[in-house]
Amino acid sequence: MVEQSRLRRFNEIAVPHLDAAYNLARWLTRNENDAEDVVQEAYLRAFKFFDGYRGGDARAWILKIVRHTCFTWLARNRPAELVPSGDDDDDRAAPAGAPRSDPETLLLQRLDTELLNRLIDKLPNPYREILVLREIEDLSYREIAEVLALPIGTVMSRLARARERLQRAARGSVMPRLVR
Amino acid sequence: MICKDVPDLIQPYTDAELDSDKAAALEAHLRDCQDCNRLVEAERNWQRTVQAGMTRFTASDRLRARLAVALAEADGTEAARPPARTWRPLAMAASLALAIVTSSGLTAYFTLPGEQDRMVDSVVSGHVRSLMAGHLTDIPSSDQHTVKPWFHGRIDLAPPVDDLAAQGYPLIGGRLDYLDRHPAAALVYQHRQHPINLFVVAASPTAGGDDKSGSISSLTERGYNVLHWASGGMAFWAVSDLDLGELKAFARLYQTRSAAPTP
Repeated sequence: MVEQSRLRRFNEIAVPHLDAAYNLARWLTRNENDAEDVVQEAYLRAFKFFDGYRGGDARAWILKIVRHTCFTWLARNRPAELVPSGDDDDDRAAPAGAPRSDPETLLLQRLDTELLNRLIDKLPNPYREILVLREIEDLSYREIAEVLALPIGTVMSRLARARERLQRAARGSVMPRLVR
Repeated sequence: MICKDVPDLIQPYTDAELDSDKAAALEAHLRDCQDCNRLVEAERNWQRTVQAGMTRFTASDRLRARLAVALAEADGTEAARPPARTWRPLAMAASLALAIVTSSGLTAYFTLPGEQDRMVDSVVSGHVRSLMAGHLTDIPSSDQHTVKPWFHGRIDLAPPVDDLAAQGYPLIGGRLDYLDRHPAAALVYQHRQHPINLFVVAASPTAGGDDKSGSISSLTERGYNVLHWASGGMAFWAVSDLDLGELKAFARLYQTRSAAPTP
């Protein structure tokens, strides 16, 4: 009966975060079936190491494992995607967005949802995942730092850069002529 | 605060990560400075656009079912179980008994002890899982005309669905499940507060042609009673903690009702 209560406890703690886990894996693998495989693998791994879970933020704990499993999976199956983007985002302050004209701001707000998702899909992994964690999962900087195993300062600069890159891409597709 | 301090604070501010002193100082500045205020609003609006527009993918029922099975299996293999997996000899004995009892073409099916074992194991695991995860039904309904069509397109089977409330076995709903890696339709009934899972799978291809006998075999596994019969190209597994007599009564009722000519 001991093992039953362990599975039950795991179900109570980890299963509520299954949507978040799948969402992150889906964004990182960009494929439904691959994301399901990764999530299953990650959950089995989490279950295996469940005894090492010491309480605390279960969602961050699970997402950390999912993310790790994703990158292991990508390295094995699609190594080309893991080539460093060449962007050195860390430890450098992100450039502040320049003041934008009102019409441009308005246009950006009306950006087609499908296009927005396509643009995010094209961002390098580090930017894509930080946007998922912040904009969808609404994680705090501290929680993101926990999931990504990064200092908070780096989380802030990477997030700023991810947003900047996305805005630049959006501006580029909304009004090609204004691209700097 | 002056304007050049503002840009670095915008995102922490809109992300609600700025400590209250700094946030207050920034807000004071924003009240006086239209330009900075516009910057903050633009950033906020953009973030809202992104938050509202990004696709939130959700785990499918298929993934949930798959995962529940995988975890239950991992739980079984990982935990240091007592050396005697008590169900094994039981199920073996049962399948031997079945092979003797059933004289028709069913024998071919029942003489595959490995398969039979695994099925019995997954039937009971499936039952336990459905109770544990609080996921008894995907389609909670006592209306057979709602439950039956729900399986359409979800599984390649059309099991008979009859509400047996009048006989004391009300229909609770239906669910999609996996048994030994095969998709299964689970019909959920209840008797005296005891849930009954009736799993229906496509009959094993090794089963003989004549499965019309519908003869019911039973065994006990991990304290649950399990009944099995085959009919119309489908294999049926009923499992519950009800006592054997009541579960058998249910199985006979179900068989009788589903054998009745449908208009």
